[in-house]
This record gives sequence, C-alpha cells and structure tokens, in this order.
Amino acid sequence: MSIVTVQLGQCGNQIGFEVFDALLSDSHSSQGLCCKRENEAYQASCKERFFSEEENGVPIARAVLVDMEPKVINQTLSKAAQSGRWKYGQHACFCQKQGSGNNWAYGYSVHGPRHEESIMDLIRKEVEKCDSFSGFFIIMSMAGGTGSGIGAFVTQNLQDQYSNSLKMNQIIWPYGTGEVIVQNYNSILTLSHLYRSSDALLVHENDAVHKICAKLMNIKQISFSDINQVLAHQLGSVFQPTYSAESSFHYRRNPLGDLMEHLVPHPEFKMLSIRNVPHMSENSLAYSTFTWAGLLKHLRQMLISNAKMEEGIDWHVRPPLSGLPSLGKMSLNKDLHFNTSIANLVILRGKDVQSADVEGFKDPALYTSWLEPVNAFNVWKTQRAFSKYEKSAVLVSNSQFLVKPLDMIVGKAWNMFASKAYIHQYTKFGIEEEDFLDSFTSLEQVVASYCNL
Amino acid sequence: CVLPIDNQSLFDIISKIDLMVNSGKLGTTVKPKSLVTSSSGALKTRHKKPFDAMNNIVANLLLNLTSSARFEGSLNMDLNEISMNLVPFPQLHYLVSSLTPLYTLTDVNIPPRRLDQMFSDAFSKDHQLLRADPKHSLYLACALMVRGNVQISDVRRNIERLKPSLQFVSWNQEGWKTSLCSIPPVGHSHSLLALANNTCVKPTFMELKERFMRLYKKKAHLHHYLQVEGMEESCFTEAVSSLSALIQEYNQLDATKNMPVQDLPRLSIAM
Repeated sequence: MSIVTVQLGQCGNQIGFEVFDALLSDSHSSQGLCCKRENEAYQASCKERFFSEEENGVPIARAVLVDMEPKVINQTLSKAAQSGRWKYGQHACFCQKQGSGNNWAYGYSVHGPRHEESIMDLIRKEVEKCDSFSGFFIIMSMAGGTGSGIGAFVTQNLQDQYSNSLKMNQIIWPYGTGEVIVQNYNSILTLSHLYRSSDALLVHENDAVHKICAKLMNIKQISFSDINQVLAHQLGSVFQPTYSAESSFHYRRNPLGDLMEHLVPHPEFKMLSIRNVPHMSENSLAYSTFTWAGLLKHLRQMLISNAKMEEGIDWHVRPPLSGLPSLGKMSLNKDLHFNTSIANLVILRGKDVQSADVEGFKDPALYTSWLEPVNAFNVWKTQRAFSKYEKSAVLVSNSQFLVKPLDMIVGKAWNMFASKAYIHQYTKFGIEEEDFLDSFTSLEQVVASYCNL
Repeated sequence: CVLPIDNQSLFDIISKIDLMVNSGKLGTTVKPKSLVTSSSGALKTRHKKPFDAMNNIVANLLLNLTSSARFEGSLNMDLNEISMNLVPFPQLHYLVSSLTPLYTLTDVNIPPRRLDQMFSDAFSKDHQLLRADPKHSLYLACALMVRGNVQISDVRRNIERLKPSLQFVSWNQEGWKTSLCSIPPVGHSHSLLALANNTCVKPTFMELKERFMRLYKKKAHLHHYLQVEGMEESCFTEAVSSLSALIQEYNQLDATKNMPVQDLPRLSIAM
C-alpha cells in the first residue's frame, strides 16, 4: 500500500528530499546481505510505497510539496532531478511568492483557507495515483509559519476529507535556544491542533539530532543538511519494508496502519519517538562489529533512561521493582527518572536477525499498568540489511520521553503570553487570546496524562 | 519596524577604518577592495566624499537584510519574519543594527576563531550603526542574519558563548532569531547583520526630545511650520507626548532588568 508524503515549509521540504533520497539509495544498495530475489522484493515494496513509475523508468516520489515562497521548492526539485535516480512530479508542488513570516496565524487563517482548494487538489491527484492507499505522512516544523500553520490547517482538512485514511505527522521540535523567537507560540498552537486531527505525531528534536551529529558522527561544522540526513536515516530504517508477522515471505502491506495499531492504543497518547543503534560515520563503521545482544542492551537502556543516542547513556536508571505501588505523579525535577512506556516497537534488520533476543523489552516493569507487555511490545525482523549497517535496530516508542521538552515549551510560551508579547501579531490574523488559552489547556492535559502513567 | 541609523556612528566607523588602513597596521592581509566603505578603491587619501562611504555602509545593510529573500540558504528569512519576531509590542519597533565584518582578510579558510570574532564584533559598541551600547542594556529580541559558509553549529556555538554577557527580558530569555544564507556578499567569505530590539535606543530618543524641547520652549522657527496648510501646534504637542510615552515604556522595561526570572503559575488540570 502506498503512502503519500506532504512536505510543508522550508523544513518539511528539505527533510522530505533527504528521506526519499535515503529510501531509494538504500533500496538500491548492494550491501543488503540477502539473495537477489529477496532484494528485488524489497525494492519493489519500497517503490510501491513511496514512488510511482514514469515511462523512462525514473521513479517519481509520491509527494506534494507546499511552501509559501519559491526558493526552497525549486532547490528541492532540482536536487532530486540532479541525482538522476529519482525525481519529484513536475506538477506536484504549490508555492507562492510571499512567505508566512513565521506567523502561525498567517499560515493557518490566511494562507490555509486561501489556498485550500489548490493544495487539496494536488493531494487528491497524488492519492488517485495509488493503487491502494495507506495514508499520509506529513513533514513539517513547529517553529516557523508555513510548516506549522499550514500544516495544522492541512491536517485538519485531511481529517475531514479522508476520514478513513491514516495521518502521521513528522514534527521537528526546534532548538531550545532559539531559531525563531515566537517558536514557543507557534509550537503550542501547532501541537494542540494536531493532537485533535492527527493520528500519530512522530517527533524529532533538533537538539537531539544535533548531538548525534556532533558526538556519534563526529561532524565538526554541522549543517542542516547533516541533521536532515541523520533524520532521514532514522525514518528510512522505520519505513523501509519489513516482514509481516504472518509469513516471513511477504513484506508488510500496510506499514502506517501497523505502526498505529501497535503504538497508539489510546488517542490521548499520540507522541512517538525514534531511537536507533548503531549510528556512526562511515569511517568508524569500517572498524566496528556488532552483536545483537549488545545492540539491544543499549537500545533498552536508551529507552529506560530516556537517552536520545548511544553515547552518554545513564546506566544507573533501572525499572521500578514490580510489586511496589506505582510512584504516583512523576516529578519533573527528578534526575534519575525512569521512562515509562505505553507501547514499543523494535524493528531489526540484518544478518542473523532471527537469533536476536528481545526478551528484555517484554519486562512488564517497562510499561504502564493498563496494557500487557504482549500487547504493548512488538518486534519486526527482516533479513535484509539497511544502508551499510550489517545489523541495525530501531525503536519506535510511545513513552514519557517528550514530557520534559513539552513542559518546557509550554512554560516558556506561558511566560511570554503572560506579558502579552507578540500577541498583536496573531490577533491581527484572527487568532485570539482564547485560542491561545485553549491550546495551553489541551497541552497541560497531555503533559498531565503522560506524567501520570 | 524602524531601523534608525546615526550619521555620527557611520562617520565614526569610517574614520576608524581609515585610521586602521592608513596606519598600515593591517598590512597585506586586508584586501583593498573589500572594505565596506570603498567604492572605487581610493585608499591612501583621506575620504574626500565621506557621505559616499557612509552610505555604502547603509547600502550593505540593506543588501544583507534582503539577502535571505533573494538567495538560497538553509534557513531563510524574509522581511515579514523580521517584524514578526523582533516587534513584541506595536510601539516598540525600533531596531539597532550592526554589520560585521567591515573589511575582510585575504585568508580564505577562515578558522573558527575569526568567525567567532565576527559574532563578538557584532555586539560591540563600535559596530553599531546607532550611538548605542546594546550590551549594557536590556534585549527584547535579537536577530542574526548570517551570510556565507557558516553553518548552524557555528551560530549555535556563538549564541551559547555570547548569551551570558547579554541581558534578555524575562519573558524572552532565548529571544534569538537566526537565518542562514549561502551566498556571501561580494568580496567577503561571510558576514553577519545583527538586528536588536534593545532598550539602548532610549538615550537616543531622550536626546532627541531634549533638543526638540530646547527649540520648542522658545517657539523658535515654529512659524515656518505653522504657515503650512494643515499643520497645527497640536501636531507638535502630540509628537512630544508620543515620544515621552515611548521613553516611558523603555523605562519600565529597564526597571525589570536585573530582576530574577520567575516562572508564573501554570494552568492546573483536574485529573
């Protein structure tokens, strides 16, 4: 089944390009460690999900590109075409000359309704090209104006018009120390709206990915392109084909549906994160060997201690002893905090994958009490290796990891709101103080729900 | 928003550059044509047309301001974003600008130290295009528009480095807006334009009000204005009171300068 990607704003478009590039180069990689027939099945499945075929054999990404100014889209289109291996559809993009000025209100209340018809039209055309349609993957940032405002508007529209299809939003959490001054306002408005209209929010924090580039990849001068490539690698390792549980001979047909089913058991808890091991620069990779036991041990500790990457994991954090009463409301100030999960999905790819032991993830102490580990934990194993890594493991998790960052953003936005700074920029375009208050309320609710796991 | 620029500051800047160039201190490392002030390379002679040099600086400011809208970059910013991010309250829309570097070195591979120097310079008193010292006043917001081969990690590193020495208002502790444009200005490998919404504009307005009042008290030259159709004395009084209100707002903000940052009580949810 196919996934239609909607790339919104500068961030969404820049990332989208890297994602498609990573997906296609992995599917054409010669280091799959499996037989030819297997490889061909993998490639076919990947292509069906993300690309449609053109006459002269160059796959076209199933994507709609939206931005309010032309430069980024033009750049993205030409970079894709230059690669020679794939490209974007010629008429798959929508842009204006004006920009959204980092103003969520402008994106949501002005650009959204004004261009609703054109954008939804483009999306519809892309959906119609799919033989069987699985759902939407929407890439956007929270801090800017286009990605956040128009993203929220489009997701709402998709919910109205495609109520039977799934929507997963890939959101980029901005750097803690400013990229955009009003990022906290834009973020809370986006999150509160998406919580109502999206099915799952897959979050990537710029700070975390930046650290991965610095510590694991050893990149000295980190650019956004480096960050986006790390992101694309993580997304690729989740979305590339995997075997279905029923038979080890067919690739999974409905990746989005399966992901949602496993990871979002309750609509109050929608925030997902990705962690992967191993992740390193190509130079280091040449000198490293891995065992499944080692990788999974690290991954489990990363989950428990809320570490975002393989380095600097706190090994002191342990799951609470079962049998003891639950610790009550999670204190946001505790250092040795244990990260409780609602649901986890581990995807393993590579050599000897059947021998990998994931029992460590089935420990009931890792999970909240209202879901049995047998329902809360799933594992997908695939022989075919991903992108030069002989063995790779990725964990998609619905857990308390985002509580602290969310709490921080809500806190900062609240302080700013109390002084009424910048509010006139939003009321100018129809977002009133009550809308802000509504957003604050819904997000405080989300924080509280996650804290009380 | 308004970017006030002071002729005195511009003149100070070009005199400083002149002094440095003519004293030979910079030696062979400075490319003659790269001076922000030079239009046709007349180097050794004292500036016969200082206004040309001064206007050159302002022209460069405008170029840098619009570069992200004209050229590609990894983090674009257009003019709307400037007013969105830097104007927290409608009346407080005056931005102090500073431009670095004012000349370049011939060394193409600028090591990080020189790059960091560029960031430090942008906050020094001498590089401001208004006679003001933002470092010792309160920041409401700050924007950094970087051009050239500078990546996000360089910007972050410098923000972390400079943050402790700058004072930001309590509700905007991380009030930075950054933009990255890939194309550097002609003759430079990278450049930085910093726009700050800072209470350091207050002295400028106070001086302006003082000079105004000196004339207005004596009603000097007033009749020339009042002769014109539609101009009345109330225009003058309104102008003064609006200026006074503005100064008052800045005063109020300054009063919060050294107060500790307090987290306000949040909404509590019934579970």
